[in-house]
Amino acid sequence: MMSRAKISHLTFLFLALAFIFVSPRIFSDYGMSIVNQIAIFIILAVSYNLINGVTGQFSLEPNGFVAVGAYVAALVLLSTEAKEEQFFYDGINPFILALHSPSFIVALLAAGLCACLLSFILSFAVFRVRGDYLAIVTLGFGIIIKLLALSFPTFTNGSRGINEIPAYSNIYWTGGIAIIAVILILNIVYSKYGRAMKAIRDDEDAASAMGINTFWIKTLAFGTSAFLEGVGGGLLACLLTTVSPEQFDFLLTFQLLIIIVLGGLGSTTGAILGSILVIGGAEWLRFLDEFKIQMEFFGAEIQTGHGLRMVVFSLILIFVMLFARRGIMGDRELLDIFKAFQKRFKGSEK
Amino acid sequence: MDSTLFLQQLVNGFSLGSMYALIAVGYTMVYGVLRLINFAHGDIMMVSAYAALFCITSLNVPFLGALSLAMIFAMVVGIATDKIAYKPLRKAPRISLLITAIGISFFLQNLFNMLFTSTPKAFLPPAYFEELINVGGISVTFGSLLVPLITFIIVVIVLLILYKSKYGIAIRALAFDVQTVNLMGIDANRIIAMVFALGSALAAVGGVFWASMYYSITPTMGTLIGLKAFAAAVLGGIGSVVGAVIGGLIIGLTEVIAVAFFPELSGFKDAFAFIFLVFILLFKPTGILGINFEKSRF
Repeated sequence: MMSRAKISHLTFLFLALAFIFVSPRIFSDYGMSIVNQIAIFIILAVSYNLINGVTGQFSLEPNGFVAVGAYVAALVLLSTEAKEEQFFYDGINPFILALHSPSFIVALLAAGLCACLLSFILSFAVFRVRGDYLAIVTLGFGIIIKLLALSFPTFTNGSRGINEIPAYSNIYWTGGIAIIAVILILNIVYSKYGRAMKAIRDDEDAASAMGINTFWIKTLAFGTSAFLEGVGGGLLACLLTTVSPEQFDFLLTFQLLIIIVLGGLGSTTGAILGSILVIGGAEWLRFLDEFKIQMEFFGAEIQTGHGLRMVVFSLILIFVMLFARRGIMGDRELLDIFKAFQKRFKGSEK
Repeated sequence: MDSTLFLQQLVNGFSLGSMYALIAVGYTMVYGVLRLINFAHGDIMMVSAYAALFCITSLNVPFLGALSLAMIFAMVVGIATDKIAYKPLRKAPRISLLITAIGISFFLQNLFNMLFTSTPKAFLPPAYFEELINVGGISVTFGSLLVPLITFIIVVIVLLILYKSKYGIAIRALAFDVQTVNLMGIDANRIIAMVFALGSALAAVGGVFWASMYYSITPTMGTLIGLKAFAAAVLGGIGSVVGAVIGGLIIGLTEVIAVAFFPELSGFKDAFAFIFLVFILLFKPTGILGINFEKSRF
């Protein structure tokens, strides 16, 4: 007989699959672009949560890995002619020009592997330090990766970015990979490695004393999350059909950090909920941008343009954080909440 | 490169570095007492630059008056952010505090973006800032000498406050051990508010100087400057005021001199702070004058 946990997991899987197949029929194109974005952010958030929430390593550079993934996927997918057309200003590196595969899955795998390789190299530098020092070092790498994209135009086309990337991303790709990512992350979290990661989060010295090779576990978590972030970046590039260095500012990192903390640091369910609420909510608030106010302020004329949306969004964020300090889910998963409910009902029956 | 040009760049680097230092001191003090990377600190600098601009253009206040008004305004904003976004979370996990700090940063940036649009606003410093001065064959602007000088005076004042005054002892005690400070009958919240006021006032000086040296301000100017200043604080050893100043000067000097020597690196100028930081942390994981916060408090 299947355990209750398995049944509910399968139910959610079925619901998610049903949503993927039904959504193109009920949403407009605009609605679908948001659903796709949410699915990509679910991939990014659950993988970022693995290193930040589960392993407790305060890394601030997913923007770098997303950028690498997006650029690699874009460069792999663009045909030779399209590349020559776009890299007219500074010329193009012959290796980049030769790099081509029309297959989306090859591009995504390449994106993930490149990000993963980068994370492996970086982990030797970043895991020398801990805590907030790790945060600032990784933040630095995130900024450096963005600046590299700007400074090597023969590889990345500099600030002009890469355009006309084939729009392969649709709900079957983004939703499907999101489901795979969630299953993969949950399997890691509940495996031997996941328990080692949580041990490192709770007390690194104790974990090390218990015989856990903390460096390799941290590198593993970093690499897994970088791989999925790279794939997410590739999906993002093929959703927006354009990549430029500005898209992968550390604002993206902050956005992901907000998502996972709001959802509940360490909770995969929380990361999913956070993605839906933050991306969906920011989109829902878009009507606020229509406001245009003109006012006089001590004789100086002030015209308000677009931007009320983000002002309101940040206020909501602050107030939610003030009242839900551990995020919406805390460090629990969906099943934990079911179990808590069951216990409460049983308690009241007695 | 001839030595005159080098000396000129040295002066420029010092003036840039001292602006980073002013902002880094605020970062390091807030981190010292709250263990919070205050991402909103750079935006307080931006806000005060706008306040100074408003005073100069709309109220016709002279430069020094505008600078003082901007400092007062920044202190009010700093204390308000502490009261609204950080104080209710004193006992919450540190990450929630960080998120409200990011929230405040987004709020200030977008509010000013909404009010003043994202187009840069021109900032005209008083004429004496641009006056050329000849010192032994090198000619530099008066501003680039004034900025490090005032920074030096301010840092001395901050150190005097920290090490000679009653409040300074309370601030250092708070950084040492929060619980015992409460037992000793010190109102920790008042002291923390003071730290925010002091740090924000320094950020205001940094912001107004920045605007005077680069003639333009934007709502997003605080983000990267703030992050570099934080890198400077970590480089010098976070929690140490002198360390923050040293870190700021190192980063300012490297940026200016590296770009002067290798002009082709100018696009990469914003990364020097972080590359330097990574190297220093690899060899000295707590920064130049740092104490290991992970293991013990001071």
